[in-house]
Amino acid sequence: MKAKYAIETRGLTKKFGNLVAVNRVNLKIDDGELFGLLGPNGAGKTTLTHMLATILRPTTGTARVTGFDICKNPDKVRSAIGIVFQEPSLDNRLTGRENLDFHGRMYGMLKAQREERIREVLKIVGLTNRADALVQTYSGGMKRRLEMARGLMHRPKILFLDEPTLGLDTQTRRVVWEQVKSLNEVEKITVILTTHYIEEADYLCNRVGIIDNGKIVALDKPETLKDKLKGDIVSIKVAEPKKLLAILRGSRIVKEAKIVGDSLHLQVDNGGKALPKLIDIVRSHGGQVLEASLSRPTLEDVFIKYTGKAIREEKPENNARFMPMMRGHGWR
Amino acid sequence: MAGLQVIYTLWLREMKWFVRGKSRLISSLIQPFLWLAIMGVGMSAAFPMQGGASYLQFIVPGVIGMTLIFSSMMSGVSVLWDKQFGFMKEILVAPVSRTHVMLGKTLGGMTVSMLQGMLLLLAAGLLVGVWPPSIIAFIQVLAFMALISLGFVSAGLAFASKIEDPIAFPVVMNFIIMPLFFLSGAFFPIGTAPDWMKAVAHVNPLMYGVDGLRGAIPNTLDPQTIFGANFPMLIDFGILLVFCAAMILLGGYLFRKISA
Repeated sequence: MKAKYAIETRGLTKKFGNLVAVNRVNLKIDDGELFGLLGPNGAGKTTLTHMLATILRPTTGTARVTGFDICKNPDKVRSAIGIVFQEPSLDNRLTGRENLDFHGRMYGMLKAQREERIREVLKIVGLTNRADALVQTYSGGMKRRLEMARGLMHRPKILFLDEPTLGLDTQTRRVVWEQVKSLNEVEKITVILTTHYIEEADYLCNRVGIIDNGKIVALDKPETLKDKLKGDIVSIKVAEPKKLLAILRGSRIVKEAKIVGDSLHLQVDNGGKALPKLIDIVRSHGGQVLEASLSRPTLEDVFIKYTGKAIREEKPENNARFMPMMRGHGWR
Repeated sequence: MAGLQVIYTLWLREMKWFVRGKSRLISSLIQPFLWLAIMGVGMSAAFPMQGGASYLQFIVPGVIGMTLIFSSMMSGVSVLWDKQFGFMKEILVAPVSRTHVMLGKTLGGMTVSMLQGMLLLLAAGLLVGVWPPSIIAFIQVLAFMALISLGFVSAGLAFASKIEDPIAFPVVMNFIIMPLFFLSGAFFPIGTAPDWMKAVAHVNPLMYGVDGLRGAIPNTLDPQTIFGANFPMLIDFGILLVFCAAMILLGGYLFRKISA
């Protein structure tokens, strides 16, 4: 039986006490997609991923992953997927090769298969030279790549990447991006990645689902999402944004207006023509434009449109690794 | 078959950890000799016994029991480190039975614990001249060491499945081990203890373990007195077997419910 979708969820919901972390998500992801779940920390990305990977049981609803039900056939799902967790999950006291070997054994691979596959995945992530060093001597980027190699060991059909570039420097992030792209294009693996980096979702993903407060609020190709916004975004910085918001909303040329930080984001048809007019309007009401800029809509603007806020750029949560008390809840 | 592979994989990892943790390896190899030298010399000087036999002979099975219970119960801490460093997620997301994972970890802890027990037996032979008197007795000693290890490693894993904090774990374990150890007849005969203490000792699995070892490694004290084994060996064996089965079931049950 060939599954119709790589992933298909029906009313997938997870509650932790009163908190609804994932709220009736219906999602269909095709084979071979590079799909992105974009949302701020705490939006429910990790919880959703963990349910699909059978680590968490849904409160209600269910999902099929490669055609298998996550509640009824978790072992089939587990064999068919690979996952790279948001937080490190390597054994530091083993070497890179031993970590991969452990994984291969757990997935029932025979010795010859393991040895061959270890060589392959090490090559894919470029860690062949350091394979026999203890993982505790690896840098953050190397650990991430090793985890990715491990996720690939048993030739999964779907690879989940939970915040694959969190805490990595820009250069390493590029390397990881290229690897993810080639996994998807060359190795034909369906990739589901979660991220709160707009540019990551925009650059990598065929389709993006914007998730906020446990709900998918928008889902389409990044280009389509941007096109739906139509026109340009004029961003002006003024002294009293609240007062001017109401006034500008009343203007004919402004299709939508929002306060983002200390600026006003205005959606207009023709930015070039609209900008001087908008500045005039501000002046005529005794305001002063401190800064103005004009841009094509970005995925960030899409995000703002659907969630009503800019994505919160948070610092990498390194501290979580040293806080055992935070663990065991499966949701952050 | 696949189950055996999983058990072996987990066991292999515990072994690698044991061999690579140099400070742990060295201290756990030297500790038995230290125990016997210090405890034995100090104690036997303070409590000379009738008949010229030394107290040292009496406590050899007790020190073996002590070594086994400490190293077995403490081995559960590996579960906590796995949770701490996120490796538990890698284990839990694999398409394997958690019972097999638990059995692999149990065998790993048991191997380390048995190794320490054997070294202690060697130390007792070299330092005190206490050997199991026959091959049969040696096999009996091994069987009791295996049961004591198996039962308490499983108990340690059961606790480890419930405790989140790796710093609290050894404290809680000591809290549980100490009374079990003191009421096991390891250092003083239970026969002369007050009745209430006897009653408590009789529900202590370690007491049967030490008693069984004492039956297999008899001392030169009159075996008919309180210094010998209190129960027939089969009774000790049977009760320990029940204890092991109960702990494996409990450990397996709690381990299945573990979350990363």
